Amino acid sequence: MYGISLIVQRDIRLALKGGSDGAMVVVFFVLAAILFPFGIGPDTELLARIGGGIIWVVALLAAMLSLERMFAADYEDGSLEQFALSPVPLGLVALAKIAAHWLTTGLPLIVAAPVLAVFYHLPADAFLPLVVSLLLGTPALSLIGSVGAALTLGARRGGVLIALLVLPLCIPLLIFGAASIDAAVAGQDTAPHLMILGGFLLGALALAPWATTAALRQAIE
Amino acid sequence: MQGFSGKGLGCVRGERRVFAGLDFDVVSGRALLLTGANGSGKSSLLRIMAGLLRADAGMMLWNDADIADDEEAHRTRLAYVGHTDPVKPALSVIENLSFWARMNGRGTSEDTALIQFGIDHLADMPARHLSAGQRRRLTLAQLAVGQNSIAGPPLWLLDEPATGLDDAAVAMLANTVLAHLTHGGIAVISSHGGALDTAIEGHAARLDLALFAR
Repeated sequence: MYGISLIVQRDIRLALKGGSDGAMVVVFFVLAAILFPFGIGPDTELLARIGGGIIWVVALLAAMLSLERMFAADYEDGSLEQFALSPVPLGLVALAKIAAHWLTTGLPLIVAAPVLAVFYHLPADAFLPLVVSLLLGTPALSLIGSVGAALTLGARRGGVLIALLVLPLCIPLLIFGAASIDAAVAGQDTAPHLMILGGFLLGALALAPWATTAALRQAIE
Repeated sequence: MQGFSGKGLGCVRGERRVFAGLDFDVVSGRALLLTGANGSGKSSLLRIMAGLLRADAGMMLWNDADIADDEEAHRTRLAYVGHTDPVKPALSVIENLSFWARMNGRGTSEDTALIQFGIDHLADMPARHLSAGQRRRLTLAQLAVGQNSIAGPPLWLLDEPATGLDDAAVAMLANTVLAHLTHGGIAVISSHGGALDTAIEGHAARLDLALFAR
């Protein structure tokens, strides 16, 4: 556990000192979401109806942006080798890197999301499902994305490859994330959608770190 | 008396056989200098010794016990320095050093380690301002943290550690390695010749990888 907290602390400090791209991800998230009303026009009813889905799609794309760098810097400078040789098991290292990735990119998205909800005229009832669905969905994105990030280490154009690998796997998250907000807008029960999202998160938590660890080992060889 | 040995090691990279039937044996207080042309497998052998790469044949023993039986114990007894410097440009010199010292549970003698490699005046400087040679010194300073204490690893695997170092730094490195050896440590070092080899010659055996090429 001590090893995990050391890595998380280091990665957060790196993010705060501008060594990573957490801020860029949030700016992309907000900018991309703001583009849609300009393209569609100021129809508040339409925007309220599609807002939840757009916020989720843009969150997905913003997360893709940051995935490429999740392990790349540690791979290039040899830190990954040293992690593999440290007494901390590589699986826990992967878990720590995923946690740090979520804290530096996923969490800021959740903070920014309510601002966008206001922008899209989402009803007040939809705010809580929006935040909760992102709270359950973005860690799952980091977990699933970590597999793609680890598999594409050392590959050229890794970023595009990650999107091709990871985006199809994220479609269920998108469906239920957006559906929970739609349900709230329509005045229906949001709990089933959120529970399914929670199920995806637990499934990803159980499976993704194993796959990521195996891929990292492959990359080090 | 600790001993590290390998029997019948073979390595295949891509489709090419790099070496085969390689034996080595090194005991406490001695160093093994790996020599051979580029591509003869010095780095591959060191990575196999560290457990980063699987040997395609053969086995390695530590005190006559098969290393494959307890890889975790092997990890804690070795320090590996590769071609790259695991240094984060945004963190300061001392932060970089402490991070790895804590990750590896190597104690808290970071300050003396920096002095040992002559970069103590840079302790609070962000590592992005370091020159390549200074960054290399910082990487090597990790060897000096916890050195000769119970927390220090007995087996050092150094892949061309003197690359990019000036004469003064090579002397510091040689002194550090000699101190490690006189305290009963083991070192395996790949080299292209130079001042480091000369300095530790008296404690070292040579292993020419060209002999095992096929």
